[in-house]
Amino acid sequence: MSTVTTRADSTVVRPWQQLVIIWALLLTVPFWLPLLGGYTAIAGRVLVMALAAMGLNLLLGYTGVLSFGHAAYFGLGAYGAGLTLKYVAASTPLAILAGTLLGGIAGTLFGLLLVRRRGVYFAMVTIAFGQVCFYIAYKWDDFTGGYDGLRGFVRAPLDFGLFKLDIAGNGTLFYYFVLFVFGIAVGLQALILKSPFGRTMLAIRENERRARFLGLPVEKHIWLSFSISCFFTALAGTLYALLNNFADPLGLNYVMSGNIVMIAVMGGMRTFWGPLVGAVLFVMLQDYVSSMTTNWMFFVGTTFVLVVLLFPRGLMGLLQRKGAGS
Amino acid sequence: MLQLVLFNLTNGLIVGTFYVLMALGLSLIINLSNVVNFAHGNFLAIGGYLAFVLTPFIGFWGALLVSPFLTAILGFVIEKVLIRHVYTRNHIYSLLLTFGLGFILQDICRYIWGPSPLPLNIPQSMSAAVTPDLFFITWYRVFMVAVVIVAVAGLFALLRYTRVGMRIRAGTLDLETVSALGVNVPALRSLNFAVGSFLAGLAGVLAAGQLGLNPNMGDDLIMPSFIAIIVGGVGSLTGTLLGGLLIGVAAALTTVFYPSASEAVIYVIMAVVLLVRPRGLLGEEGMLS
Repeated sequence: MSTVTTRADSTVVRPWQQLVIIWALLLTVPFWLPLLGGYTAIAGRVLVMALAAMGLNLLLGYTGVLSFGHAAYFGLGAYGAGLTLKYVAASTPLAILAGTLLGGIAGTLFGLLLVRRRGVYFAMVTIAFGQVCFYIAYKWDDFTGGYDGLRGFVRAPLDFGLFKLDIAGNGTLFYYFVLFVFGIAVGLQALILKSPFGRTMLAIRENERRARFLGLPVEKHIWLSFSISCFFTALAGTLYALLNNFADPLGLNYVMSGNIVMIAVMGGMRTFWGPLVGAVLFVMLQDYVSSMTTNWMFFVGTTFVLVVLLFPRGLMGLLQRKGAGS
Repeated sequence: MLQLVLFNLTNGLIVGTFYVLMALGLSLIINLSNVVNFAHGNFLAIGGYLAFVLTPFIGFWGALLVSPFLTAILGFVIEKVLIRHVYTRNHIYSLLLTFGLGFILQDICRYIWGPSPLPLNIPQSMSAAVTPDLFFITWYRVFMVAVVIVAVAGLFALLRYTRVGMRIRAGTLDLETVSALGVNVPALRSLNFAVGSFLAGLAGVLAAGQLGLNPNMGDDLIMPSFIAIIVGGVGSLTGTLLGGLLIGVAAALTTVFYPSASEAVIYVIMAVVLLVRPRGLLGEEGMLS
């Protein structure tokens, strides 16, 4: 365990430097992104996808368990937030809470059926459960909007009594709101990973059998890790619905799950910030390719294949190895 | 009412046979190589499109014979070039690789043959009904079921009575020992992948004759095939066969009584099986767990 963390620490840049660079860049996005020809909404999308993938990565990178169905919790978060705004109350915090709970609790319950499976079998069952949610959203027309997705809701301004923050109208303000939520979630994740429970996750990843012999309740920990990871991904989903004022049934589809996994792998699933880097790459690629050609699937697919064959450790993993070597 | 039940039962059986062909191919590859082939549905589509190209030259019957073999060759090549590299790695890489491969194959189909549906012409006599009372049972449907039965019987015979089949079965149980006994495992896996692709290609031709062609025709079939495997039990081909028929028929019968739940019911079956009998109907304890 300690060797793993030491290796993770010996990057070219020290962890605190990494932290400063990342947060400096994230906080100044509205100032430099337009200069590069980007727009702030795309930065919001990067944060949302990064949060979804970082949630998954608690399971994938740190516990070593593969879920290929996280789109379900992402999508449930989005629908939970959208439905709350549409039918219950025009309150953004309530929508976030409701969506996160919906996705997280669904994940926790599914997790009960999953924990005894391993490897491909685990992955297959997660995919299948993901598709259940997709079909429900797809078929339940009058409630969820079916194929067309859920429309007819807008994110509400934040009302603090003394003052109001108009995140509905002001895109930059909304970006900072997403960044704020992202920051809290990421801080929580770091705390979880530093806790004894986080260390146990690593132990299970490194050697499940040994962890079991040490008397650790492996199944319980995997279940817990799965559940926590679903809560974070669902939170990302709620932000996604708020970002677009729209919940898309395709957000629940296994293709979305594949994208989330890809983001984690592309950035480096054994590193904390890897999924954020992966999200930057992925969103840029998607945006660029879909504006250039209708055959975006071909290019995205080729990227998947190339990353798997040539850069399986992801970009951050690549940097790390160089750092360890020098 | 009886007519309606029979109608849906026939539909369920037909769809179930597609699931069976797809799921058996997938299952073969999972058992021996531990790879869940996400692109399997795209091999099915390619089988269908190849038949579409071949039919004007060699007719439907010729295409039905040739197209699965071409799909098998494609599968063999793709296994050699791409998929073999991820066998020793974490499962995540094989999933992502075949997932990306599926995207590529689907877009290639769309690029070559266009995004709109195309028909595959079957001989005129085949589309006639067997008896006027049961208009929905066409000769083509009867023929389809017969072909699937022959193919499945052939597969089981291959696995049971040939040397290669024996090695595949042995490899499923204990790959290390098989390798130590001098069997060329990489070659065995390539061949096994080709057999799986053959089944997908065959399903593609049959499906195209019934439902027509479109670039994402495999997408609707891949998820039920996963479920057929899970329900039947990972590691057991007989289980997969049973699982495929079961969910096909269950979904069709649900259509009679409560149409909007027809897709949900197969997931319910899966959840029940996982709760009551986690290893699947005929799965062996400890397989891939």
